[in-house]
Amino acid sequence: MGTLVEEIIGNRVGRRVAAGDTVVAPVDCAFAHDVTAPLAIEAFERMEMPLHDPQRVVLVFDHVMPAATVAAAELHQRIRRFAADHAVRNLFAEGICHIVMVERGYARPGGIVVGADSHSTTYGGLGCFSTGMGSTDVGVILATGRTWFRVPETLRVEVSGELAQPLTAKDVALHVLGRIGGDGADYMAVEWGGETVERMTLDQRLTLANLSADMGAKAGLCEVDATTVRGIGGDDGVPIARPRSPRYVDTVHVDVTGLQPQVAVPPAADNVHGVTDVAGTPIDEVYVGSCTNGRLEDIEVTAAYLSGRTVHPDTRMVVVPASRRIYTEALRRGWIETIIEAGALVMNPGCGPCLGRQHGVVAAGERVMSTSNRNYPGRMGSPDAEIYLASPAVAAATAVAGRIADPRRAH
Amino acid sequence: MGRAWVLGDGVSTDAIMPGRFNLTTDPAALARACLCEARPEFAGAVRAGDVIVAGRNFGCGSSREHAPVSIRATGVIAVVAISFARIFARNAVNIGLPVIRCADAAAAIADGDEIAVDVRSGTVIAGGRRWSGEPPSALAVRIAEAGGLVELVRSSGWAALESTT
Ligand code: SF4
Repeated sequence: MGTLVEEIIGNRVGRRVAAGDTVVAPVDCAFAHDVTAPLAIEAFERMEMPLHDPQRVVLVFDHVMPAATVAAAELHQRIRRFAADHAVRNLFAEGICHIVMVERGYARPGGIVVGADSHSTTYGGLGCFSTGMGSTDVGVILATGRTWFRVPETLRVEVSGELAQPLTAKDVALHVLGRIGGDGADYMAVEWGGETVERMTLDQRLTLANLSADMGAKAGLCEVDATTVRGIGGDDGVPIARPRSPRYVDTVHVDVTGLQPQVAVPPAADNVHGVTDVAGTPIDEVYVGSCTNGRLEDIEVTAAYLSGRTVHPDTRMVVVPASRRIYTEALRRGWIETIIEAGALVMNPGCGPCLGRQHGVVAAGERVMSTSNRNYPGRMGSPDAEIYLASPAVAAATAVAGRIADPRRAH
Repeated sequence: MGRAWVLGDGVSTDAIMPGRFNLTTDPAALARACLCEARPEFAGAVRAGDVIVAGRNFGCGSSREHAPVSIRATGVIAVVAISFARIFARNAVNIGLPVIRCADAAAAIADGDEIAVDVRSGTVIAGGRRWSGEPPSALAVRIAEAGGLVELVRSSGWAALESTT
């Protein structure tokens, strides 16, 4: 009996749990990336214990990869040494941690995963209880294989209506974020459901779960169905959790019929408007990528819009496929060539300019249109740059127009 | 008594420790960059015993633990706010930076006010007034008494937390 998150955690700890309970639970897999791993390693070393299980540890180089500064190179070196010393073989430099965790099968339905990164909520899109923690928590997991959780209350988001082209999960999630606010799901699990979510691809559901973090949520979850199983290449026979007589703190109903493409307007991700409110705003840099929107479908949308068009001379466009697998597949399909010929720069898989360290850092007074998830001042460079957030369709239309543009009006 | 540094709503971990400055784990280096863009004078003028007072959703955004580590390394003894983002609050408790939820104090205290806090009871005292914030959870108290999560689990294992919950 319970919400999706109560059922998943209950199955995993072997007894019924309810929101508000604190449990100490086994963790299937813990990961950290090049920025958070060094502090996690320091916490682990202070534990003065052997590594619990090297198979259950994943380390990803993605935030500043390849290293852009000596300081970054030293962090990478420290992580590689740790991995060598402790026989950790799951070391990847092939894309953003959250994409790699799904592609490589570390996050599975019904599992419990902890990442030293706030968007570790992403794998809830495939029915995994996954959450972000800090480095100290992950360091303690490295030593003990366990952590403590407070079982979260659940906010249900029930989505109905047809998502008309070019709307995607990004627009749905931004719309909900605008309605409930950046702390609207604080400490809660967001459970995404309804006919619209049931019709979404796995990639789209991962985007919903990803942006749940920006509502303050501990987890964002979708139910497992045939789409999930196909998307992850077959299930493992673990019991599939379903909500059973769930008790929600609240249910938000969203009808997406007639929804406009959504744009988060600086300085906050929850300041969300329809694209027509901000259309025409000049934009200096467009970024397509990130753990929110760097997946194959996103590259496809971008290439489809850019085909036969060019990036406006007053703007620059940076496209970053989120993983090696996505990059090579997009290459095979000719999408990368289309994007490059349109005048965009394509960078190697990773976080790209999302966090303001490489691949398109911005100056004071500049405006950015980004498909990522955060637009805090200073996020992508100067604190006096402005960052707008939207879907790849809006980003591509904006790159061509040189100003924020509605992709429904191709010009 | 320390002084209050008053900040607004939604202070993100990007504001506390911008991504361009956290390519280090050295607390002293992190302290020098703490709030460097949101409050450029902070790192130079902050003194041991000072308290940060903020609005809603303090520490939202990235999970970077560099944010609470940098605050603690400046000598700030606690953060008082209307509310805290989940990961920030957990990180702060884990490393021994107390956080106190107290909306009334957060609304009343002015920048530069003299301020004292009693972390254990969640009490905030400033400008001759006294507020009772939310006392920390039993779990947070156990972690704080041990000196941090690492110290607690290393000395007592998870049993220590299981018996608290
Ligand atoms: S793409 Fe951006 S939000 Fe996602 S993990 Fe990387 S830095 Fe964080």
